[in-house]
Amino acid sequence: MDVTVIATESLSKRFPRVTALDRLSVDVGPGVTGLVGANGAGKSTLIKILLGLSPATEGRAEVLGLDVATKGADIRERVGYMPEHDCLPPDVSATEFVVHMARMSGLPPTAARERTADTLRHVGLYEERYRPIGGYSTGMKQRVKLAQALVHDPQLVFLDEPTNGLDPVGRDEMLGLIRRIHTDFGISVLVTSHLLGELERTCDHVVVVDGGKLLRSSSTTDFTQTTTTLAIEVTDTDEHPDGTRAVRDALHARGVTVQDGSGLPGAGHVLLLTASGEETYDLVRDVIADLGLGLVRMEQRRHHISEVFKDSDAERKEAVGHGN
Amino acid sequence: MATEQPVATAAGDQTRIHNIGYRNYDGPRLGRAYARRSLYSQSLRGAYGLGRSAKSKILPMLLFVVMCLPAAIMVAVAVATKANDLPLDYTRYAIVLQAVISLYVASQAPQSVSRDLRFKTVPLYFSRPIETADYVRAKYASLASALFILTAAPLLVLYVGALLAELDFADQTKGFAQGLVSVALLSLLFAGLGLVVASVTPRRGFGIAAVIAVLTITYGAVSTLQAIADVQGSTGAVAWIGLFSPITLIDGVQSAFLGATSAFPGGVGPSNTEGAVYVLVTLGLIAGAYGLLMRRYKKVGL
Repeated sequence: MDVTVIATESLSKRFPRVTALDRLSVDVGPGVTGLVGANGAGKSTLIKILLGLSPATEGRAEVLGLDVATKGADIRERVGYMPEHDCLPPDVSATEFVVHMARMSGLPPTAARERTADTLRHVGLYEERYRPIGGYSTGMKQRVKLAQALVHDPQLVFLDEPTNGLDPVGRDEMLGLIRRIHTDFGISVLVTSHLLGELERTCDHVVVVDGGKLLRSSSTTDFTQTTTTLAIEVTDTDEHPDGTRAVRDALHARGVTVQDGSGLPGAGHVLLLTASGEETYDLVRDVIADLGLGLVRMEQRRHHISEVFKDSDAERKEAVGHGN
Repeated sequence: MATEQPVATAAGDQTRIHNIGYRNYDGPRLGRAYARRSLYSQSLRGAYGLGRSAKSKILPMLLFVVMCLPAAIMVAVAVATKANDLPLDYTRYAIVLQAVISLYVASQAPQSVSRDLRFKTVPLYFSRPIETADYVRAKYASLASALFILTAAPLLVLYVGALLAELDFADQTKGFAQGLVSVALLSLLFAGLGLVVASVTPRRGFGIAAVIAVLTITYGAVSTLQAIADVQGSTGAVAWIGLFSPITLIDGVQSAFLGATSAFPGGVGPSNTEGAVYVLVTLGLIAGAYGLLMRRYKKVGL
């Protein structure tokens, strides 16, 4: 990581009753970075500090090489922010609203209009941009919110829970759009979510925070390599009346520890194992084919954020089972 | 949702619009002062419904007409009857039409600030280069300017009419200038009070009711008390009671220093020392309103 977009150094934020951030030190490079944490993990507090709007209790932070404590206005000129909550007045059109926001970011009137038209097209709003926002669907509103964060062509955008309230298709479109913000527009992204699985698909790098502390910061590929869990379900045959047991034994014989998927839907018929790469998939396929069983499903289990929160790897090995 | 991009075919088949992809912006970024000016002009236009829906233009425009109409009629009468003076002093005009002004503040102060609070647009402003002070100043200045336009326009009508009726130039100019100072003060005071009340509630309806209450109930109470004091012969109390409502405050200031005849019961305005207190209280209220708005928006933040 040559260039650092965001750097924090033992950043803490304490309120009278709670500690929102607890000595958080993290470096974020260019690209799409996911900031994951449960509700109240300190994600929004971190964004506020990074925008220079809320002073840190201790520690320091830099955004685009600018100190948040002294260069807040300069940072906000180069950064876009899409809040989690609704923030759009219903009685104006998307065009009027985004033009106004572009001017608030310092763009001259003509540039503001041009950039608004461009940006709304890029986020996928066409003719409806002239209608009042009140009549928009949630998906369209999210696009307007995204457009106002991008209209001044920032170097970095903070997207707070951009997929909130969207249906699965809208979610996928939004995630695709977020990916394009970096690949096509060249803008770095810090996107928060409480769904790790969602961010794995879009982010180059994932930072996990919990209780204001850094749990983990690694590239998405690292993440998937060490944490992908496969769920397997097989049919029974006459030859192997208990197909599940047969597969488990066969995998055992090849040196792979397998766990019952207790607590999962279809418990007793589901096996869990940790995939250590392509070979694991092949191995499972071969084992099942050799036994002559039918493979009902083999899927990557979306790990829950809570699993990452069991912070030591040892615990995860215990919970899921690992190649020995 | 996506519609086909219109393709220009005017100049034959060779002409096509290609999607040229994302373009970076490397033009000027004009910074805080420009953003503040933009917010000011957007809010000022919004105070008359410009740039907003047709429905939101009705009330402010109507009130503007209602403000100017009496002035036009007075001018017409003055010109027709070749009167020696206008039927109403410049300084008295706003006092007489205070109900219209209060209604305007009550309708436009909440639209200026409550909307941003209600729809949570405020964080979008503060995630940009402007600071709390810029937002508060732009909003305050825009409503004060809108009020000044509302209250100064009829004075201008009167002044132009007076000149057309060939009334004494020096006399009229002096009266007009005094009137302008008075309505400028009134605009600042009313805008401040209206914004402070409106900024507390995100609900527009409450905002409107609360502003009307602050402006008219205080006036009703103060003028009733003044009338009682006058009847009981305690003329000294009349002036001091006048301190407690915005419109009597302005009345007091202008009858002490701007040559206005007072609308107080008994027709006697505050003396010069009492007038000084009036000026201090007025300026104090304006500064206080600004301070309260700053405090309020420091908290709203993001």
